[in-house]
Amino acid sequence: MRLKDLFNFKRKTRPIKPSQEMISEQELSELWTQCPSCKTTIYTAELKNNLMICSKCEHHFRLSAYDRIEHLVDADTWEEINCSIKPSNPLKFVDLKKYEDSIEAAKKRSGSNEAIVTGVGKIDGFETAFGIMEFPFLGGSMGSVVGERIARLCELAIERKLPVIIISSSGGARMHEGLFSLLQMAKTSAILSKLRENKLLFLSVLADPTYGGVSASFAMLGDIIIAEPKAKIGFAGPRVIEETIRQKLPKDFQTSEYLLEHGQIDLVISRKKLKETVTQLIKLHSKTLYGNPTNELNGFADIISQPLVSSSV
Amino acid sequence: MSKKSNSSFVLDFEKPLITLLQEIDKLEQSSSKDERQEVKLSINGLKEQFFELRERIYSNLEPHQRLQIARHPERPYTLDFVKDLGTNWIELHGDRSGHDDGAIVGGLLELEPGLTVVVVGNEKGRGIKEKQRCNFGMPQPSGYKKALRLFKHAENFGLPIITLIDTPGAYPGLEAEANGQSGAIAVNIQEMTNLKVPVIAIITGEGGSGGALALAVANRVLMLEHAVYSVISPEGCAAILWRTREKSADAANALKITSNDLLNLKLIDEIIPEAQGGAHNNYSQTSANIKKSILSHLGILLKMSPEELKEEKMNKFRNYGAFSE
Repeated sequence: MRLKDLFNFKRKTRPIKPSQEMISEQELSELWTQCPSCKTTIYTAELKNNLMICSKCEHHFRLSAYDRIEHLVDADTWEEINCSIKPSNPLKFVDLKKYEDSIEAAKKRSGSNEAIVTGVGKIDGFETAFGIMEFPFLGGSMGSVVGERIARLCELAIERKLPVIIISSSGGARMHEGLFSLLQMAKTSAILSKLRENKLLFLSVLADPTYGGVSASFAMLGDIIIAEPKAKIGFAGPRVIEETIRQKLPKDFQTSEYLLEHGQIDLVISRKKLKETVTQLIKLHSKTLYGNPTNELNGFADIISQPLVSSSV
Repeated sequence: MSKKSNSSFVLDFEKPLITLLQEIDKLEQSSSKDERQEVKLSINGLKEQFFELRERIYSNLEPHQRLQIARHPERPYTLDFVKDLGTNWIELHGDRSGHDDGAIVGGLLELEPGLTVVVVGNEKGRGIKEKQRCNFGMPQPSGYKKALRLFKHAENFGLPIITLIDTPGAYPGLEAEANGQSGAIAVNIQEMTNLKVPVIAIITGEGGSGGALALAVANRVLMLEHAVYSVISPEGCAAILWRTREKSADAANALKITSNDLLNLKLIDEIIPEAQGGAHNNYSQTSANIKKSILSHLGILLKMSPEELKEEKMNKFRNYGAFSE
């Protein structure tokens, strides 16, 4: 071959065009996820395997209610309750669209039929009542359905003497139901009083974000309050605060770590250790002076009251 | 004739009233020495016209106009009400852990001879200095802790509790968050459900969201006629759902924040009428109406046992909600 022939080379086959079997641009973008915190591009399947935690910087992505259930609850023990409790439109509320339409859109977006999923299941063998909030459903906002589902969940827990875990992720009370939503704060707080009277444990887990009417009611009333790392938690939103006080807020303001430092929560726990920690806490509270049917610590009394081995002195 | 004539603050819809008042004033001055019957008649006619017009305006207010009355700078606040509600008022101070919040005041009041109550309410303050001290009626967490301490005092001594609520909301500030605004409100709400003495909450002005509810978990929840009670301020709601604060009148409509709407929805127990032209026109008459209402409800609540009072309140709040099943 002469040298100049090399440059005369012509493709004998037609250039490869993206075929239909190849991935579309949208699928391609779904295949990879960029971490909003460290900007690393992560293979989505790997992220999902890692409980939606960035393997590089430990950033906790938001996790859907059913993914959380799959992670926390022992296989084949989950039994969902309260599914039939559905929102109505007591104020005939219309903003830029009808409340009913907002609900339909939220259902499609989130895959849940309200902003909380409730049920009973086992966690490492301990039967437990669960409430798990779904942020993509209208910002995880609390209206009558969220309030009622939490109330019924707690009533069931009282009946069956179960500990309760609620994982919160919410922008606050739902505006579309007006004062009905505000009063759910009182309803959920009242039912938690009954839980307390019955000496049942309530573990409140705060996930990103937990604000407003949810943080100012049941979420902050946990016997023990746990938060996921770097979750944003507060009463008023940062923008409202900045507008009010006219100054920039510190960088870690309203994070889990900030709340821990200010004495408002007990623990900051990585999602990977959540199941283990929660199980341990339930176990540590499972035998108490108020146990059923009698004082479960009675048996220990004999052991403890044994005289110590006398010393030789 | 009314406080309104020398008031410095005039709402838009009150303007025709002010014009009429000025006319009456002018006529009265110019004819002060005129004994003619027809002049007197025309003054009386104008006065009658004034009352009719005021009645008509005030009975046909839009929700956002009621909001303006609820926020009127001359609206009576807790420290004004207690002067008219009873005798022997002694204000008590402090949360017992370092603060005395000015946005929530409380104390002991002899409502009727021998009937002591604990009054806890919001104070917005008069004049810029006082307003700053009261933080415009927006409590910090310490305010809610102070309220709770006073509620416990009432419970300890078996005294009924009256709360008077008029707050834009809990204060959205850096320190408030650092000190646990959410937790303070949550604890108050929960502890109020557990109280075993009669609790009557009256929304007297703005019932601003969680900050208001933290004082409103009561056996009876009453509202002054022009007060409002809402999950979010109409401005805040409009900014989020309509994406502009300019739609706040629409949001005020949609949110159903007026006393009539909330009574219809069975979310409050009673509306207390205000003096004609709004509570700011006549404090003592409005207070008299409030007192009458408090006494009629206490008449029933004082006959209930501590356990019944707690159970009734618990069930009342357990049952709020609108859903289908």
